[in-house]
Amino acid sequence: MTAVWITVVAVGLATMAIKAAGTLLLGGRTLPPRAQSALEHLAPALLAALVVTQALGGSGGGFAIDARLAGLAAATVALLLRAPLLLVITVAAATAAAVRAFA
Amino acid sequence: MSRRQRAPVAPGYRDGVRAALPIGIAAFAFGVSFGVLARSAGMGRLAPVVMSLTTFAGSAQFAAASILAAGGGMATAVAAAVLLNLRYGPMGLSAATSLAGPWWLRALTAQLMVDESWAIAQRDEGRIDRHLLVGAGLLLLVGWVGGTAVGAVAGNLVADPASLGLDAAFPALFLALLAGQLAPRETQRTESRTGSERPRVVSRGASWVKERSRLLAAVGGALIALALMPVAGPGIPIIAASVACLIGARRS
Repeated sequence: MTAVWITVVAVGLATMAIKAAGTLLLGGRTLPPRAQSALEHLAPALLAALVVTQALGGSGGGFAIDARLAGLAAATVALLLRAPLLLVITVAAATAAAVRAFA
Repeated sequence: MSRRQRAPVAPGYRDGVRAALPIGIAAFAFGVSFGVLARSAGMGRLAPVVMSLTTFAGSAQFAAASILAAGGGMATAVAAAVLLNLRYGPMGLSAATSLAGPWWLRALTAQLMVDESWAIAQRDEGRIDRHLLVGAGLLLLVGWVGGTAVGAVAGNLVADPASLGLDAAFPALFLALLAGQLAPRETQRTESRTGSERPRVVSRGASWVKERSRLLAAVGGALIALALMPVAGPGIPIIAASVACLIGARRS
């Protein structure tokens, strides 16, 4: 429980500081274009890593292949069909649940 | 009235609320799933709600909760969440000149900046509209925090998250958010040759290059994570994958 609250407070304070930093620190200056461009690429790099680790990661590390992969495949199809976020997540969960129920 | 004003009437807070309404419904549903998943990750009922109110950033919260659930440790969870939220640094810089008032009001307004409110508030020439940002941000905050509370409280009605496939919701969610990152940015309409001065405003050609390099960053991040997963603990592959963002530092 303590670890949870430390995480919540630390992430909250850090995020609030990051969001406020731009307007508080900008003194008519901008970041060098390369630094700015690199930061813009942080989100896709991290999100892709999260897809991989959440779909394939085992508890405690390593790989674990299970129904999550079927859910991710169904989510990919839903995304290609331009389904909204809620439907994409629902399809993934329903597919994984169905695979677990019938496998 | 300024001649340079394009719209006959400047947008107000209500316009921001209205523009964010469809995505606010999704934020509510998304908040419910965060509440449920955070509860199942052992975060209790209050902590997820406090986190939604203070952090107010979906992917970072899901990342932190899932790393805690996977036994990755709080340092890893905080680091991954903070790395995910570092994008608010440059977004905050781009919004800086559009915010008004004393320092504490500007800092407070910046808290309403999330991907969706920031995107809705985009105006021409890389500026953002403060009223749209506040209106959209407030609606998304209410939906997100309210959804989290509903999910966290109703979480104990849910039997087994895995049997409902809720663990598959995590990668699906991140894939959907990633697809949003890789999609063409329709808000970048304005042609400009001064890309170094206003990095958010790029020509169509430069925009295409940026989309491709975002895709390269995503592929790089996935490969780094895959390579490290067998040898490193949970969360570490995600942090290491951030190195892939350096793809964006190439000469463009």
